[in-house]
Amino acid sequence: MENLVRRQYIISGIILLTAMVFVAKLFRLQVLSSAYVQYATNNVLRKVVQYPARGLIYSRNGKLLVYNKAAYDLLVTPRELGSFDTLSLCNMLNISVDYLASEIKAAKKYSYYKPSIIVTQISSEDYAYFQEQLYKYPGFYVQPRTLREYPRSIAAHILGYISEASQELINKDNYYNPGDYTGATGIEKKYERYLRGEKGVKYFLVDVHSRQKGSYENGKRDVPAIVGENIITTIDMGLQEYAESLMQNKKGSIVAIEPSTGEILAMVSAPYYDPNMLVGRSRGVNYARLSTDSLKPLFNRALMAEYPPGSTFKIANSLIGLQEGAINNYTSFSCSGPASYPIRCTHDHVSPLSIQSAIRESCNPFFWNNFRLIIGNYSTTAEGYNTWRNHVLSFGFGHKLGTDLLSEMDGNVPLESFYNNIYGRRHWNAMTIRSMAIGQGELLVTPLHLANFAAVVANRGYYIVPHVVRSVQGYNSEKETLGFAKKTSSVKPEYFEVVINGMQDVVEKTSLRYTTRVQGIEVCGKTGTVQNPHGSDHSVFIAFAPKDNPKIALSVYVENGGWGSRYAAPIASLVIEKYINGSIANSRKWLEKKMLDANLLDTIQPE
Amino acid sequence: MVRRNTVVGNIDWVTVVIYIILVFLGWVNIYSAVYNEDSQGIFDISQRYGKQLVWIGAALVLAFFIIIIESRFYVFFGYLIYGIMLLLLISVLIFGTEVNGARSWFIIGGFGFQPGEFTKFATALALAKYISQYNFKMYRLKSLAIIGFIIFFPALLIFLQHDTGSALVYTVFILVLYREGLTGVVLFFILLVVVLFILALVISNTAILVFMLVISFLSFYIIHQKFKDLWKVVGVFGLIVAIVWGIGVFFNLQFTNVSVLLIGSVISALVFLGLSIRKRLHKISLLIVIFFGSLLFTISVGHVFENVLQEHQQARIKELLGIESDPLGAGYNVNQSKIAIGSGGFLGKGFLNGTQTKFNFVPEQSTDFIFCTVGEEWGFLGAFTVITLFIFLFIRLIWLAERQRSVFSRVYGYSVATILFFHFMVNIGMTIGLMPVIGIPLPFFSYGGSSLWSFTILLFIFLRLDANRLDRIL
Repeated sequence: MENLVRRQYIISGIILLTAMVFVAKLFRLQVLSSAYVQYATNNVLRKVVQYPARGLIYSRNGKLLVYNKAAYDLLVTPRELGSFDTLSLCNMLNISVDYLASEIKAAKKYSYYKPSIIVTQISSEDYAYFQEQLYKYPGFYVQPRTLREYPRSIAAHILGYISEASQELINKDNYYNPGDYTGATGIEKKYERYLRGEKGVKYFLVDVHSRQKGSYENGKRDVPAIVGENIITTIDMGLQEYAESLMQNKKGSIVAIEPSTGEILAMVSAPYYDPNMLVGRSRGVNYARLSTDSLKPLFNRALMAEYPPGSTFKIANSLIGLQEGAINNYTSFSCSGPASYPIRCTHDHVSPLSIQSAIRESCNPFFWNNFRLIIGNYSTTAEGYNTWRNHVLSFGFGHKLGTDLLSEMDGNVPLESFYNNIYGRRHWNAMTIRSMAIGQGELLVTPLHLANFAAVVANRGYYIVPHVVRSVQGYNSEKETLGFAKKTSSVKPEYFEVVINGMQDVVEKTSLRYTTRVQGIEVCGKTGTVQNPHGSDHSVFIAFAPKDNPKIALSVYVENGGWGSRYAAPIASLVIEKYINGSIANSRKWLEKKMLDANLLDTIQPE
Repeated sequence: MVRRNTVVGNIDWVTVVIYIILVFLGWVNIYSAVYNEDSQGIFDISQRYGKQLVWIGAALVLAFFIIIIESRFYVFFGYLIYGIMLLLLISVLIFGTEVNGARSWFIIGGFGFQPGEFTKFATALALAKYISQYNFKMYRLKSLAIIGFIIFFPALLIFLQHDTGSALVYTVFILVLYREGLTGVVLFFILLVVVLFILALVISNTAILVFMLVISFLSFYIIHQKFKDLWKVVGVFGLIVAIVWGIGVFFNLQFTNVSVLLIGSVISALVFLGLSIRKRLHKISLLIVIFFGSLLFTISVGHVFENVLQEHQQARIKELLGIESDPLGAGYNVNQSKIAIGSGGFLGKGFLNGTQTKFNFVPEQSTDFIFCTVGEEWGFLGAFTVITLFIFLFIRLIWLAERQRSVFSRVYGYSVATILFFHFMVNIGMTIGLMPVIGIPLPFFSYGGSSLWSFTILLFIFLRLDANRLDRIL
């Protein structure tokens, strides 16, 4: 028995040994190793990106063009999925059962524990209803995000749209993560850096099911998102809306510029589309529809359509002729009407004509002679041509103007070498390329080029690079006004007056006076007709007003509009009247109605 | 009145105080583990801490009644209580409700009751009563058979309920038997079995064979003390292995190295066994028998492991031994448990500030993994304190048991101490990754009425017996 009493120490020893092993292990886990603290932090801490509200876009008058509205993404965490009524969920969200099943499958493949987005951009209307039902769907969550909303469905081409950042962009700019939105076109793209703001970060504690359980360290380490900066455009909302309405059921464009500043007041490319179409869940369908539309509504004609300038280009040639001394205010050329050679004249008028009248009558023979003399002033055709060409370029033609609009086209003012290639060096002369005298042939300009040229004339010899954004205003920062360069033309200001008088006569002393003259405003303009081998000719008009101290310069293209005075000139006059007077005089309401009602989409008649 | 006063005066208040401290700390940690900001009232019966408060109150009432009952009652009715408990165990097998895969619960009116928890003290009473009977001798076949029945029949019934953890508790009675005279060789064999089991799973067959051979040769030298003979034995063994290898090559039997070594070992062992029996070297014979037994055991471990243990049990053991690691599957509990405890650091995160336990990263945090909350919120200091309290309780109980005049009280006291110790060892060992995941509660800490009451009954019956230790009647 004595021996057995000693066994209590062995048993106590086993107990103590166990305790010591435990304490040693605990010491290792808790005191020596810091890895577990990190594991624990990883377990409970979730970094949630806070998306800033995108900057707003205003018109020049401070009216909202673009703002944000709330939308909601539906997420699913597969691990937490319970049984639910598949059909009613699908009906509520307007998705198919197959779609839901495949999305959930994909989410499971990604992660059982982390949420995946399965339905994007649920409207707040749908969400309001869905939110009340959400408790029936375990594992489903909703996260808010912002969508663009356009209070007036205008200016789609100027504003552009936003879309998910491409993989290429994500690789290039580490600001973006998959699923983030970025400006894809227009102002949204050009001014992305201002509009997007700064993302923030919020740290949340989460439980084992990744449910948020409150902020971490009371939000001390959180970084708030910084709202995107607001953009104040140069667009006059009322004018833009009016100009778009005038172009309904037509193809073509209107570009209106404030000459003294280069600010684009309105820019229409018709047919246009409602910018709200490219927002939200129907975006994909709508985009496909728009991009396959035979009328190409996504194509911004104002910047990208290249047409010959037609007779509007006679203004440019007049100015060059005067500057070069090829002609003066009194130089006259005779015209034999349709019998004229080498270019026949389409108008009946007295002969001979000096420059002011020639502009009024758009007399082809005058301008051919003028062109011949400009080139002929120099010892070689090449030298003469290059001199002429440099003058043309100084008006802004033949190259990108450097606006803040994306996808501007160069237009085309052919190089000397172009003709050398066709005809051979010294085997061509002014006669060969005489269609340049009247704005046809190889010459190509965009509506923006022409509007800018109207501004050059209005300014008597210079232009400010056209632009659509006036200033940028941050949430807390000063307003930043953006500067754009002033470019001077190579034609001296004193040569403009007689040309402008001619342009005034075009409006006041030809048949245009019934349609294009605006009571109380001295409008100066020039019509053009662009020969169109594919159908009816295009109707073109450039104008500015008032004659002194001009407020607006513009170009109007109406495709298949027949001739300049038929649609483009009246439309231009309405735009001018609307901008300067604020409304259309009663005496001209008939004209407004006629222009609004005109439908040129079905009248393409091959010749 | 006089008599009751003596009982109160004779109660070991130190143990009572430790008990109350442990129960209180347990409740604090349950409160923290279940705590959420929506319902903070500590008496909220819908929450576990509110319910546990009710269980604690009931346990104290229970303790009071156990103390006022005559101690002779427990001695006298020892077998009867045991019998009733066995009947309950059998009926729970038939009528019980399955909870978490174990058919071990009676659910009456929303409250669960686990008879298996209460069988422990009944078994201890029955064992104490049997061993304390006049003229008891350990080494008689009948004694051993009856003791074996008393201990392992309830264990078998609990095992049949698929509550493997609770069944394993009964193995700890071997320590009680050891105190009462069972040979220490049993402890040696248990150690040997555990070591071989782990080695068989962890290291290669060749390594374990070499290991066993080296141990055997060393043991031979220690027992026999003759260096020359050791060389002879090793030489003979080498020769036999070489012959086996030669035969294998000659007859092109394509033996692997292990099989050459194994066949060589078996033949040598048989040769040496014959020699040792002829020369009457009994200890050497025993050594060779143990060698054989170990060899057989090791070979069968793999088979037992794969065919007897259930899949989740295999996974838990593999996880523990580092054979396989699956932190999101079988290893999830232990991994999260270690993260929770490890992230507590030296001082802990503070009361209610544990993130791992509070946000449900640790499963079963208020029951089997309650020690995680201690480790996370109170740190190394808190965990050390709790372990110290337990150890103090165990040593105190052993000391109390040793001071008993009656065998009954001593056996029962040792049963209490070792049962509590087994729970402590397996539960805490599991949370820190030193034991496989076996779901048994931490005494006085884990949430649950049945376990708290059963430990309270277990402990207070002993305190009542101890209060009467001077009575000769027992």
